[in-house]
Amino acid sequence: MGLETAIPTDAILTTQLDRIINWGRRSSLWPMPFATACCGIELMSTASSRYDLARFGAEVMRFSPRQSDLLLVAGRIAVKMMPVLQRIYMQMCEPKWVLSMGACASTGGMFDTYAVVQGVDQFLPVDVYVPGCPPRPEMLLEGIMAIQRIIDEENIPYDGDGKRLPLSIAVSPNYEPRPQPSEITIGAT
Amino acid sequence: MPQDTPTLDHPTLPLIKAAFEGVKFQATEFRRQTTLIVPADNAHAVLRHLRDDPACDYDFLADVVGIDYLGYPAGSPGRFAVVYLLVSYSHNRRLSVKVFLDPSIDTSGIEPDPALELDSVTDIWPGSEWPEREVYDMFGIRFRNHPDLRRILMWRDFPAHPLRKDYPLRGRGERETYRVVKRDST
Repeated sequence: MGLETAIPTDAILTTQLDRIINWGRRSSLWPMPFATACCGIELMSTASSRYDLARFGAEVMRFSPRQSDLLLVAGRIAVKMMPVLQRIYMQMCEPKWVLSMGACASTGGMFDTYAVVQGVDQFLPVDVYVPGCPPRPEMLLEGIMAIQRIIDEENIPYDGDGKRLPLSIAVSPNYEPRPQPSEITIGAT
Repeated sequence: MPQDTPTLDHPTLPLIKAAFEGVKFQATEFRRQTTLIVPADNAHAVLRHLRDDPACDYDFLADVVGIDYLGYPAGSPGRFAVVYLLVSYSHNRRLSVKVFLDPSIDTSGIEPDPALELDSVTDIWPGSEWPEREVYDMFGIRFRNHPDLRRILMWRDFPAHPLRKDYPLRGRGERETYRVVKRDST
């Protein structure tokens, strides 16, 4: 958008093949929402018009793992749910990314019990951890943009055999919580 | 206003007492909610009578729940209890029926314990199938003649009954031992 007006209609644009592939990949991260708890509600909010995930090209929620390349684990995962999550992960095609959204998916959160997985990264390779309970939509966008930056800058880490390693990025909070309780501002200038 | 003094004037109690002479019943009351305590051997017959007798007519089984009384401060007549919450629509009454059970073997495992068995009431109220599966899953109390007694919440190979009080809240490592999927294991 905007590019076609900047260059003449009969012009040729030259670029590196890698660049244009990475541009395409980062601009069309299709998420597979694995929403099992309240993080899923925040995920819906992120996708809808106020926060508008579509601005980052990631608005096409694909409920088929074979059509998606970003697994959003949003919510607590019980051990009984693990085979489902792992199967969905394995069905996704490379290049694929995993975003662990919220305290429960990343650490088990407050559900420190016998049935809940204490962090999906024990059993899945996780690329980005988004903290929060649940994270604000801005935080989720920050996490998706972290993946986009990595794709764009070709900073994907590989091991000695050429296999991609998990990114292991933890997003830090991008807003300052106001001191609580805050003053009532109704009627103030 | 709820009365605090137990009156034990639930209309069903004399009917049950008359129908089952020689059986030792107990009853408690808390805020006008009456609980009838029945010996385990008579539980199925009493429950059938409570549904079939037109004067009782408890046509709805609201729930079947289990209780573990291990370490209960006030003491308890038995380690485990199974509670049947009955509702009669025609008489607009509620009654809890409680059965106490004591284990005969160590309760930390999942070995079948012949002392922790009750007759299933699925032949009386078919809706009790899933609540009984839950009691079995969580407490290891088995129900005889149940059509499909499998775990309902925990996975099949779970090595314990987690709502027993001697089971640790964080489990015995079940949540840590699962297969790991790597990036190239597709």
